[in-house]
Amino acid sequence: MTATALARAINAGLRAAMERDDKVILMGEDIGPLGGVFRVTDGLHKDFGPDRVVDTPLAESGIVGTAIGLAMAGYRPVCEIQFDGFIFPAFDQITTQLAKLTYRSLGDLQMPVVIRVPFGGGIGAIEHHSESPEALFAHTPGLRIVAPATAADGFTMIQQAIASPDPVLFLEPKSRYWDKADVDLQAEVDLSETGVTTGLHAARVVRPGSHATVVGYGPTVKTLLAAAEVAAGEGTELEVIDLRSVSPIDFDAITASVQRTGRLVVAHEAPTFFGPGAEIAARVTERCFYHLEAPVLRVGGYHTPYPTAKHEESYLPNLDRVLDAVDRVLAY
Amino acid sequence: MTEPLTVQPGTASDPTTIVQLLDAEGHRHHHPEYGPFAADLDADALRAMYRDMVLTRAFDTQATSLQRQGELGLWAPCLGQEGAQIGSAHALAPRDFVFPSYREHGVALVRGVDLRDLLPLFRGTRHGGWDPRAHNFHLYSIVIGSHTLHAVGYAMGVQRDGDVGTGDPERDRAVVAYFGDGATSQGDVSEALVFAASANAPVVFFVQNNHWAISVPTTVQSRVPLAQRGPGFGVPSVRVDGNDPIACYAVTRAALERARSGAGPSFVEAVTYRMGAHTTSDDPTRYRDRAEEDLWRAKDPIARLKAHLLAESLADEAFLAGVDEEADELAAAVRDHCRTLEAGPPEQLFDHVYTAPHPLVAEERAQMTEFEAGFADEEGAR
Repeated sequence: MTATALARAINAGLRAAMERDDKVILMGEDIGPLGGVFRVTDGLHKDFGPDRVVDTPLAESGIVGTAIGLAMAGYRPVCEIQFDGFIFPAFDQITTQLAKLTYRSLGDLQMPVVIRVPFGGGIGAIEHHSESPEALFAHTPGLRIVAPATAADGFTMIQQAIASPDPVLFLEPKSRYWDKADVDLQAEVDLSETGVTTGLHAARVVRPGSHATVVGYGPTVKTLLAAAEVAAGEGTELEVIDLRSVSPIDFDAITASVQRTGRLVVAHEAPTFFGPGAEIAARVTERCFYHLEAPVLRVGGYHTPYPTAKHEESYLPNLDRVLDAVDRVLAY
Repeated sequence: MTEPLTVQPGTASDPTTIVQLLDAEGHRHHHPEYGPFAADLDADALRAMYRDMVLTRAFDTQATSLQRQGELGLWAPCLGQEGAQIGSAHALAPRDFVFPSYREHGVALVRGVDLRDLLPLFRGTRHGGWDPRAHNFHLYSIVIGSHTLHAVGYAMGVQRDGDVGTGDPERDRAVVAYFGDGATSQGDVSEALVFAASANAPVVFFVQNNHWAISVPTTVQSRVPLAQRGPGFGVPSVRVDGNDPIACYAVTRAALERARSGAGPSFVEAVTYRMGAHTTSDDPTRYRDRAEEDLWRAKDPIARLKAHLLAESLADEAFLAGVDEEADELAAAVRDHCRTLEAGPPEQLFDHVYTAPHPLVAEERAQMTEFEAGFADEEGAR
């Protein structure tokens, strides 16, 4: 076990995947000698060479579109889109091509493509550098969307994503890149399971509790754990669930928890309107109607463009906004 | 009115001129740069090209009729473009990989795809119909220009596999992307050219400039001949008479050999004409005049190769009659097959959304199965 930052853990996971399978190719802007703008690919260009760690032209649609062709040729491309707000030029290739080629070919073609995207805010960046576009992609059948919240998950989930026969949007919470945790970088990762109850898409109860369930993924998990700590000081035990996957969502894990606690708060940085929380609230209402003691509440971004850095603390689902929602579900 | 096709001796270094080896009257012409690339076309090869053009036209005409009769939801005719498609496709080796647009019916034929398998997409029973890897012929791409990037990526894979520049004809491979004049305006095509040039990928961009992007003329897509796009990206380009199957064969063969040798990408603009509608949904009489169509009808690729075959005694009337008979049989088989195409059970729509199991798809499939079973009970009770 080594105290490792999330960015370094993903780096180690990429390295393990590249060592395991020489068909794994990294491609993106500035991922070579620079190591990526967040240094997630640091050192890989040096060790694997420019054919395995490819500095591409500055063209997001081109990155994803050529990755599709490489996948057809038997490779496993791992694309890096430099920032969340720059993924939109590739939106067409991701949603009309990457997501659908297996379906269109009746399974004759597989698309083992991973698209890594640093996502979310909280780092004081300028516009287009802090967005959470996951709902736009979760609405597209054929894609898998995951987001690690911890260094350990960064290490294992990137390897599982690369092993997936389906395309995976791998969202990296950039505000947590330098959070350290103990990770066993020598551990063998189970790459066999792509189902929802174990493996890449399984949610995890990261703190048990009995009074209300709070769920999130990626950057909000840390906020939810902080909220649970504060709430515990006030006598409220929150059960914190790290979803880890936005598509599919591990509804069995959520409903099992809500059936015990009767209350649910969902938090994410993506805008609340038509966001992942809306889907979770609707499905949990269908599954747990008679167990719910309060309506499912959501804490997310507002219906505004991602704000300027000096306003993002108000926009993000921060500790106070989560605790306020917890107070409201407990008040019913 | 679109620009008249002025034929000049074309060279790869001057994409403003047009390569032609067989004129509209069926006369062969010498071409210093590309003539040698067609020198291997003997009587058998020319007859095979003629046959494939006639079969393609018969198939295409039949499919258009089937759409008019309500058997297909839509059809994208390739009438008039047989020369560009058959000529270029005959230059391909089996190991080369093709990324078509959605009207490359002639290329599909040459690649060995059963033409009947093109129908399910248009009849609405399947999104595909053939295994792309079985024929090295990708699925049709409906999103304009999207597949040019896939072609470049695939070519980058070929390159990584070491299957270029070995000098071994059994190993070296190339990739071709077919697209239209309208597609050249798409950003993806420009990005594909950037990636291809940057990676020196073994890919051939084959544009069929059929002069109309649905109802919009090529002049709206580009103020210069499309082949002039290539050099700006560092991709050698050539303009070819697209209704001349021999010239299309020659320039494509040259581009493929270049790609397979490791010399990098090429851009071919085949200047042709779509004699029919863009698809069966539009009405060309609204956007172009009859005189223009007549001008191009006189350049018909099948008529000109037929004239050549007869003038040079490379084929006789018995051969031509045999091809016509084969075409009639194909058309009849296509018609019969089309009517047998039916969609499977509704639960089939959940197949292949993902390769690995996905709980949401499984849940919704179960919901639909249960829902549909409810109707079965009702029918049983009657």
